[in-house]
Amino acid sequence: MTSFPLPLGELFGHYGSYVVYLLVGLAFGATLETAGFGNSKKLAAQFYFKDLTVFKVMFTAIIVAGTLIFLSSALGLLDYNLVWVPPTYLWPGIVGGLIMGVGFIVGGFCPGTSLVAMATGKIDGVFFVLGVLSGIFLFGETVSNFDIFFESSYMGRFTLPELLGLDYGTVMLAVVVMALLMFWGAEKVESAVGGETAQKAPRWAVPASAALVALAAVNLAVGQPDNTDRWKMIEAEQAALLDGREVQISPAELLSLINDSQIKAVLLDVRDERYFNQFHIHGARRLPQEQVVDATRELMFEPANTVFVTMGNDETAATETWKMLKAESLPNVYILEGGVNNWLRTYGEDWFVQEHFLRNRENDQPAFRFDAALGSRQSAAEPNPHAFEIEFEPKVKLELKRAPTSGGCG
Amino acid sequence: MPKAYMNPYLAGILLGIVLFLAFFITGTGLGASGGLNRMLVFFQNLAVPEHINQVPYLLKMAGGSLNPLDSWIVYLTVGTILGGLLSGLWGKRVKIETNKGPRIGNKTRWMMAFLGGILMGYGARLARGCTSGQALSGGAVLSVGSWAFMFAVFAGAYAFAYFLRRFWN
Repeated sequence: MTSFPLPLGELFGHYGSYVVYLLVGLAFGATLETAGFGNSKKLAAQFYFKDLTVFKVMFTAIIVAGTLIFLSSALGLLDYNLVWVPPTYLWPGIVGGLIMGVGFIVGGFCPGTSLVAMATGKIDGVFFVLGVLSGIFLFGETVSNFDIFFESSYMGRFTLPELLGLDYGTVMLAVVVMALLMFWGAEKVESAVGGETAQKAPRWAVPASAALVALAAVNLAVGQPDNTDRWKMIEAEQAALLDGREVQISPAELLSLINDSQIKAVLLDVRDERYFNQFHIHGARRLPQEQVVDATRELMFEPANTVFVTMGNDETAATETWKMLKAESLPNVYILEGGVNNWLRTYGEDWFVQEHFLRNRENDQPAFRFDAALGSRQSAAEPNPHAFEIEFEPKVKLELKRAPTSGGCG
Repeated sequence: MPKAYMNPYLAGILLGIVLFLAFFITGTGLGASGGLNRMLVFFQNLAVPEHINQVPYLLKMAGGSLNPLDSWIVYLTVGTILGGLLSGLWGKRVKIETNKGPRIGNKTRWMMAFLGGILMGYGARLARGCTSGQALSGGAVLSVGSWAFMFAVFAGAYAFAYFLRRFWN
C-alpha cells in the first residue's frame, strides 16, 4: 500500500493533525509574501501586461506541483485516488470565476494574497479581507435563491486526461511544455510593455525547464498505475484477509448492517442482469465488472459511515470486484459470504428453498430457480430482522476514512 | 530597507513544492476562502445561532454539536496569515501602508478594496474555491472544473482591466 497521503488523524489524533495544516499554511503564506503577493500594485500590474509575476508564479507552481504529484503516483509513493481533486461544477465555477476576476481587478487581491497583505500591515489588504468576509456572508444568505444553479452541471471528480481521453503522463507533459512556451512569451511581453521595471529571466531558467520536462517525460514513461498494478501493491496483506475469511460477512451481519441506522450499507450486486432482475436484495445496485473502476470515483464521495458489500451468486465474481475496489482504495469493502445463494438459503421461504433448489449447477451460478423476474419485490429481498434471530460474529470494523471528502477551499 | 521580492520563477518553484507537499502529506492541497468562511460562521453562530438553523448552507458548518472551527482549512488559514507575517518581518516588508495607483486617494483605494473583496468572497463561494483552492490546487491535479475556473478568473480580470485603468496606473 502506498503510504502517502498520510492518515494524519490516525498518526497525530484529530486535533494533532491540525498542527500539520498550520505548518503547511505557514509555508504557503511565507511563499506568497516573498513572491510579492502582499502588494496589490504588483498583483494588478498583471492585468496591464506590465509585470506578469502572478502568471509566472502560479503556472510555475502548477507545473512543478503537478509533475511531482503524478511522478510520485507513478512511482507508487502517492495514492492519487486519495488526493482531493476539486469536483467539477462547470457553470457555477465559470460564473464564480468571472465574478472573482472582476473582484481581482477592482480590489487588487485574491483571498489568499489579501491575508498576507493584511499580515504585513497593508491597509488596503485589511479592507479587502473585510470585503471578502462580507461577500461570503452575502453568499450564505442568498444561495438558497439559486441553489439549483449552485448544484448544476456537476461532473464529479473529472480530470483533463479523462476529458481528452489521454493518459495522465501525456497531459502533464503537454501542460509543462505549454506553460514553458507561455513563460517565454511572457518575457517578450514584459520587456516590450514593462520597460525598465521588467525583471529578466534568471540564468538557470533553461536548465530548470529542461529538468522539469525530463521529469515529466519520466512520468510519462513510467505511467500511472492501473487497477491491476494497484492490486499488486496491496496483494500481500489483502490476500491474507481473504484467506483468513475476515472480509466475508454472513447474511445475518449484512441484514443487521442494512437495518443499522448508524451505517449506510451500499450493496453492490455483480451478477448478470438477468439474475439481478430475477432477484436482488432490496436497495442493491448492479455493478458490472467493467464499470467498477469508474464507479469508485463516485463511491469515494459516500459518507464515512458507509460499508460496501459486494455480492455474486457465490463468491468468485464478488471477490474479483472486491479486489478491484480495494485496489482503488475504497474504504470498508466486504463480501457477502456465500453470495446471493447463501442469502436465499438463509432468508428464502422454506417451500421456495426446498422446491426451487437447483441440484446440478456450476460455481457462481444461481442455486435457485425463479419463475418470474420479481427483482426485490419478494419477501427474501427485504427480510424482517426481528423474524430472524441469527447469531453471528461481527467482522465489519469501520476504518477511518482516508479518502478526501473536502479539500481546496473546504 | 525592505528586501526585494524573490524571482517569480523561484517563488513559483517554492510554491509548487509547498503545494506538492500539501497534497503528498495531507492529500488536500491549499485554500484560503474556506477558512475565512468558517471563521465568519463561527461568529454568526455566536451572535445569531437560531439563524444558522434556518439556512441549509450554514447548517453544514455549524448548528447542533458542529463547531465551525473544527476543520483543517481554518488552521491552514491561520498558518497562512502567520507565514505571511514571518516572511514580511524577515524581509523587512511589514509596514502600515496603502498600495494604490498614483491617481487615486487612500479612501478611494480602501473603498475599491472593500468592493473587490465582496465580489471575490461571493464569487469564491459560488465557484467552491478561490485562486488557491481551485486554480492552484485543482490546476495541479488536472481537474477540468479548476482549469475552466482559472481561465474565467483571468478573462474576468482582463475584460475589466481597461475600464479600471485609472485606478491602477
